[in-house]
Amino acid sequence: MPLLEQVTQSILAVNGLQTQDIDQVMAALLSVPVDAADIYFQSSHFESWSLEGGIIKEGSHSIEHGAGVRVVSGDKTGFAYSDRIELPILLEAANNVKAIVRHGQHAQRKIESAKSWPQLYQPLNPLKSLDDQEKIDLLKRIDSETRKLDSRVEEVMVSLIAAYDNILIANQDGSLVADVRPLVRLNVTVIMVENGRREQGSMGGGGRSDYSYFLENDRAFEYGREAVRQAQVNLQAQEAPAGNMIVVLGPGWPGILLHEAIGHGLEGDFNRKGTSAFSGRVGERVASDLCTVVDDGTLPGRRGSLNIDDEGTPTENTVLIEKGILKGYMQDKLNARLMGVRPTGNGRRESYAHLPMPRMTNTYMLPGASDPEEIIRSVKKGLYARNFGGGQVDITSGKFVFSASEAYLIENGKITRPVKGATLIGNGPDVLTKVSMVGNDMALDSGVGTCGKDGQSVPVGVGQPTIKIDGLTVGGTSV
Amino acid sequence: MQNQEEINRLKHVVQQLLDEAKHQGASAAEAAFSVDNGLSVSARLGEVETVEYHCDQGIGVTVYFGQKKGSASTNDISIDSLKETVKAACSIARYTSADEYAGLPDANLLATEFPDLDLNHPWDINAEQAIELAIECENAARNYDKAISNSEGASINTHQGTRVFGNSLGFLQGYQSSRHSLSCSVLAGSGDAMQRDYWYSVARSPAGLELARQVGEKAAQRTLARLDARSLSTRQCPVLFASEMASGLIGAMIGAISGGSLYRKSSFLLDSLDTQILPEFVRIHEQPFLKGALGSGSYDAEGVATQARDIVSEGILRSYVLSTYSARKLGMQTTGNAGGVHNLTVESGDNDFVGMLKLLDTGLLVTELMGQGVNRVTGDYSRGASGFWVENGVIQYPVQEITIAGNLKHMLRNMVAIGNDVDMRGNVRVGSILLERMAIAGE
Repeated sequence: MPLLEQVTQSILAVNGLQTQDIDQVMAALLSVPVDAADIYFQSSHFESWSLEGGIIKEGSHSIEHGAGVRVVSGDKTGFAYSDRIELPILLEAANNVKAIVRHGQHAQRKIESAKSWPQLYQPLNPLKSLDDQEKIDLLKRIDSETRKLDSRVEEVMVSLIAAYDNILIANQDGSLVADVRPLVRLNVTVIMVENGRREQGSMGGGGRSDYSYFLENDRAFEYGREAVRQAQVNLQAQEAPAGNMIVVLGPGWPGILLHEAIGHGLEGDFNRKGTSAFSGRVGERVASDLCTVVDDGTLPGRRGSLNIDDEGTPTENTVLIEKGILKGYMQDKLNARLMGVRPTGNGRRESYAHLPMPRMTNTYMLPGASDPEEIIRSVKKGLYARNFGGGQVDITSGKFVFSASEAYLIENGKITRPVKGATLIGNGPDVLTKVSMVGNDMALDSGVGTCGKDGQSVPVGVGQPTIKIDGLTVGGTSV
Repeated sequence: MQNQEEINRLKHVVQQLLDEAKHQGASAAEAAFSVDNGLSVSARLGEVETVEYHCDQGIGVTVYFGQKKGSASTNDISIDSLKETVKAACSIARYTSADEYAGLPDANLLATEFPDLDLNHPWDINAEQAIELAIECENAARNYDKAISNSEGASINTHQGTRVFGNSLGFLQGYQSSRHSLSCSVLAGSGDAMQRDYWYSVARSPAGLELARQVGEKAAQRTLARLDARSLSTRQCPVLFASEMASGLIGAMIGAISGGSLYRKSSFLLDSLDTQILPEFVRIHEQPFLKGALGSGSYDAEGVATQARDIVSEGILRSYVLSTYSARKLGMQTTGNAGGVHNLTVESGDNDFVGMLKLLDTGLLVTELMGQGVNRVTGDYSRGASGFWVENGVIQYPVQEITIAGNLKHMLRNMVAIGNDVDMRGNVRVGSILLERMAIAGE
């Protein structure tokens, strides 16, 4: 398996380790009865370039590597990591973490047969896909093309980021699996001024690819055009309404609704512990029958996709809600075992220095039958929200927010005027029961999502068609 | 308590890096090296859940070739890796543009006095002891009341680290510091009525932490207080930000008067120096030299001397918050705030929390905010909130699933009072803040 050999070379061999050394560390971990043990090796290269004020202002490069050693016994986890990939240090880590294992717990060794999985992205090093001169030329061209679009553009900020991650996971069943994960992102922000009023617009995208992604289909310049368009809209925006009203969410990134309202609440750890508003509700109706929602880590090249999760489980397309009925949760190995279900390939970690836990990949709603224009026409008075900033959820009470950054009033079936950004708040377990129309225009976001949980950040994707929600609280200032 | 030997070990590496930068042709350079060790344990339902041993290090270098700049970092401090890191930074500097404002700080502004700020109090605690303490904390919460139905557990974190910073102007300094915390989160109620809240304590010294039992009890009290929360009808009313939420308001203001926002003209407080941005009774100042405090430091991230100084007095903005680069862009001098402010302190009024509730009279007390709905360019503010409805100075019932909205410019200008119930757990020290009026959206 060339990928495995390549990664073994780039992580173990360069540090003078062989696969037999992994066996030795694993033997130390397994000298006590444990349910699971793994060693996660990682080597990461990262670079960023930024343009501001018409000049290439900053560039940075970083290399990090390390290994995390974990044992799990029942619901107890011991974990240690080091940035030195050396046998004595790994052995010391193994001895430290196994102290968590007490008497009376049984080892449940499950030997799984070797699996293969499709490669959802090429094992590329995106940092090397353009030379440095080409990278800065791209940024400068984006800057000049974006400034040409509107004389009111006062400032353009462009950032270009690439990461190249090699990971190697050794499990207690003797399996050794590898993944090479490229990730690129480009972002354009503009500030526009008119009659002393100052507004911002921002657009970005990316995925598990190399920099050539931004050159395809004119994407890089499209981000600039979109940022300017948003700033132009914001220059016209008036006070947003306040109160409960019909809300139509546009396709794509507004799918952050799903991520916040139901996604986090369906992560296995919260449900095993019974702390989620969705705990114990599999089989119950949590959405209107128009809603089918999946978490799909298997979409080729997407920002939230992974060949295997950070425990070595191949990712899946997991149905969370089918025609309104809650089907299941997203699981890592620990929570799957304790709940007596299968892991779903959602065990993710920010890095070797963090513990894995159930996390989303690409979470989206499948398309429905309605024409998006028909959805708008059906609303007498409401809000049409097309773009969003971030969101947040309290998984226990189910209350969630997400902040519109581009929104319009709908009056008598027509989109009339833009309103200022406002936070929308709702209740996760019932917001989707109020979905009365689902569009046929399903779209995924452009590849900008980052999800935070317990202080760990991982790249994710969202998506949805246009949807109509019969009642959501809009936090404007116009009371 | 500073281990000079460890500081010297890091200084030696930083000096090597600076020498290598010079060797590779850089006209100036700066480098930072930090090492951090820690232990985290969590306990849930009376038993240990996780034990994590932390051990991090990172080294970063910025090189200048005239006015061109490049940066690189690594966590591998072998000689070969350090050379490669400098090489990567130098390579980047070949492609960045000459920026007339880029460069090291003026030498005369670098810190020359390094008082012991009493920041290093390692916690002599092993995993077993930490687990016991976490269980004690969680038990206090779970046993507080029968209505506590579930738990997310309690955790102990203890970290101790060494930081060294140096530049090619001859600045080379380091210090050790520690940080410990204790937190607990529990649930009450069931089904759709389930609620959760938490409490935490953080300090440089283990002795500065609240007792485990107190942290657990507060977490339980806060959770119980949220039971039977309801929404509010859409309205306008006065809003009291509890002290643990007030620091966010002050933080948003600091963001808007920070150099980066100002020179990018992406601030709602543009050109507001020497103007009234808050009511006359407000004074906000920095206290970098407080012993044992979380935000103390005698120099900033560039080695520039920090200053005890007023940022706002009599409600008038007296000074921006600047680094060397942003100051030069604005034609000003750095204020020693590269990397942020140091123990930002908002002077309190005479009222304690109960007094502030009386001043609020009838309105909303906010104890939790959700989302990032703050636009720094326009000052537009709209966030999810929960808290309590207050009538005649007395808490009536908990509220949730509402938003509060306004514009920060007006919110700050129309601040009514600041309490003396100061939250000391962060880098911003402020009591509860009463605002004249905000828009509430609800059911």
